[in-house]
Amino acid sequence: MSTRELFSFRNPYFAVGVGVAAGLFVLTALAGFILLPYAQPELKFAGLWDAICSAAGLPRRSIAVEAPKPAHRLSEAVLTPTTLARPSQEAIGRGATLAQRCAICHGPTGISRADSPNLAGQYASVIYKELLDFRSGARTNAVMSPFAANLTDQEITDLAAYYAYLPRLPAFHPVQQLPKPRVVIYGAPVRGIAPCGSCHGSLDNKAGSPWLEGQSEAYLKAQLQAFAAGQRTNDISQQMRNVARAMTPREIDGAAAYYASQPPEVVKATD
Amino acid sequence: MLENRKLVLAHFWLAFAVFGLALCLGAWQMFVRSPLYTWISNPEWYYRSLTAHGTVMGYVFPTLVAMGFGYAITESALQQRLVGLRWAWAGFWLIVVGAIMAMVPVALGRASVLYTFYPPLIGNVFYYIGVVLVVVGSWIWVALMSINLRVWRRAHPDQPVPLVMFANVAGSYLWAWTAVGAALELLLQIIPVALGLRTTIDAGLARVFFSWTLHAIVYFWLMPAYIAYYTIVPRAIGGRLYSDTMGRISFILFLVVAMPIGIHHTFADPQVGAGFKFIHSAFTALVALPTLLTVFTICASVEIAGRLRGGRGLFGWLAALPWQNPIMLAVAFSFVMLGFGGAGGLINMSYQLDTSIHNTQWITGHFHLIFGGAIVIMYFAIAYDLWPHLTGRDLPDLRLVRAQLWLWFVGMIVTTFPWHWVGILGMPRRMAYYDYSSPAIAPEAFSVSVSAIGAFILLISGLLFLFILARAHAQPATEAGAYRFSLPVHPVRDVPLALNSHAIWVALMIGLTVTNYAYPILTLAARSDTSVPAVYVGAQ
Repeated sequence: MSTRELFSFRNPYFAVGVGVAAGLFVLTALAGFILLPYAQPELKFAGLWDAICSAAGLPRRSIAVEAPKPAHRLSEAVLTPTTLARPSQEAIGRGATLAQRCAICHGPTGISRADSPNLAGQYASVIYKELLDFRSGARTNAVMSPFAANLTDQEITDLAAYYAYLPRLPAFHPVQQLPKPRVVIYGAPVRGIAPCGSCHGSLDNKAGSPWLEGQSEAYLKAQLQAFAAGQRTNDISQQMRNVARAMTPREIDGAAAYYASQPPEVVKATD
Repeated sequence: MLENRKLVLAHFWLAFAVFGLALCLGAWQMFVRSPLYTWISNPEWYYRSLTAHGTVMGYVFPTLVAMGFGYAITESALQQRLVGLRWAWAGFWLIVVGAIMAMVPVALGRASVLYTFYPPLIGNVFYYIGVVLVVVGSWIWVALMSINLRVWRRAHPDQPVPLVMFANVAGSYLWAWTAVGAALELLLQIIPVALGLRTTIDAGLARVFFSWTLHAIVYFWLMPAYIAYYTIVPRAIGGRLYSDTMGRISFILFLVVAMPIGIHHTFADPQVGAGFKFIHSAFTALVALPTLLTVFTICASVEIAGRLRGGRGLFGWLAALPWQNPIMLAVAFSFVMLGFGGAGGLINMSYQLDTSIHNTQWITGHFHLIFGGAIVIMYFAIAYDLWPHLTGRDLPDLRLVRAQLWLWFVGMIVTTFPWHWVGILGMPRRMAYYDYSSPAIAPEAFSVSVSAIGAFILLISGLLFLFILARAHAQPATEAGAYRFSLPVHPVRDVPLALNSHAIWVALMIGLTVTNYAYPILTLAARSDTSVPAVYVGAQ
């Protein structure tokens, strides 16, 4: 038997094989594309073709209703692992000059004495994102917003490069290091809370998440409460709002106090 | 005529060595996520270990077993020297290099993406390139199986291809085609993103590509086990194969229907239409067919052995079977696990029933029972059966061998039955940590603990297996004779060309892949609004 005879409908194996396969396909397609869509009374179709398209997974435009606009601005910052990678010396220098105006709250060395965040050695992507958000209005603060309002893209990049370049000095208000609270180590999986360190540096870094060690306790607590209350809304995909909302007030106090007591040198080094 | 023993031994030893390492990781994972331990406080370690365990057990271990066994089959069944020996070694070394290249970033925590990749999660590019090298190495084997069969055919025109080689080549073709899905996903989607050439990825399309590989890969894992059922078991227990034709039809059915069914892995995915999910669900039901044919044929073959040994009556032949024979024991255990695992599989493939267990621990329990249980225990049997022929030495002690198989069987049942159970209770899978103090999970704590104990029984059995194989090398030399496969009850004289060649069935396999996959893939690929930003592992 030659190949031509093998692939011939006179060859019973070929005829049965192809026939059964094709028959099954047609049969299951009829059931899947026509019978089953109509068997679901909650689905309404304009016609047979509409039912087939729906079962095939062809996306259909919904009736033209404007998507509801959120009451607040969303973060427009786009971050990739290469955003801000390897800044030039010039950029750091320009950032240092620009940072003069930040020193009043964030300290001349990037270490705050006023319960504002310490910025020295913070990840560049974090400074970059927060400044973009303050500028666009996605994050607001009576003091900070006016400072960010007129910054250019270049200035924001330079400031991010400068603060990331500064050494992480020991925290201004060092207290005795506290043991890790449960919510920091384990999170609370059943409530959808991931361990803090899975984004904030001690276990893993997720782009745009700051390291928190040595930050002011009052600041950390205020931010968690603002996230929980929905007053701060620049977290991507509501990640922090979902976490903070599920935390108890006690867990918020514990996490803020724990991170405030940690020296920044425990932060996982990144390249 | 096993000439290239070193080649086969190299594949088997590498396979079983990495299996041993991955088994340790598996037992550790079961332990640290159970209530028996307070937890490691670091989910990243867990996922790192899980990625290594899955990559080794899913890609490296079964591929090496299939390759080594395939080379052994080629030489002993065709009675000819392996053609392309240098290429075979090149394939082996590609797998070694690929496995190391993939495991270094995983060990460094740069590729904790699990072996199923899960885009938009993106790990270090060397992980993916390593996996590609493993696959390319195995494709060399596919080509060699095909070439060797062709060489034999030219020398033996009009002779039926031995069943074992027919099945072996069918398995290699199935692998060649099923690996294309993951290869497309890696080369067109993931690697460009991992290299930084693109920063967005269509995760839905990637999942459809992976489903192309993900189900049929299971049948590729299964092929050596089924080959052993048909061609080792009847000979090893002193019987005859009930039907050579039934074997050919089973392997042909696997070749044709293993492919166009993978979308049953994406029942919960929104990017695939319900119509295609139904088609795939219906075709999945068909894979039960070759398995049922096999169970029938092998039970009949075993009954022949029982009756040849003097067994009488309806069930008397069962008692007459050589239960002291490790192969007899292995096939019995394998069938029991295949039965339970297959029954569970019927639930997974059903579009509606699946919703109750989708993404739960049931699924992990299921594939451990089928692959780790029914299939891997036959890998052990293959190794035990081949070892004297490869090493020229007897196995040290059959009591140890039987103990190892018993431990594996008991361990697998103790591990996977509670695992299924907690899945029905709704315990989600792919989580590093469970808070057993929470009332939602607390009822599962006992079952998870039992399961973790099972994992340690499996670990002991796996290490015992490695010990037995290693000890065999130190046994006194013996002449094991030529390696043979089982003979059918009726000698095979004339086989229709359709059952003696793969062409029609490979064409049908590709045809059904086109009908069942082309539309979902092409519509997703043509859309421009389905990509999402990649999430890089360990990036800042």
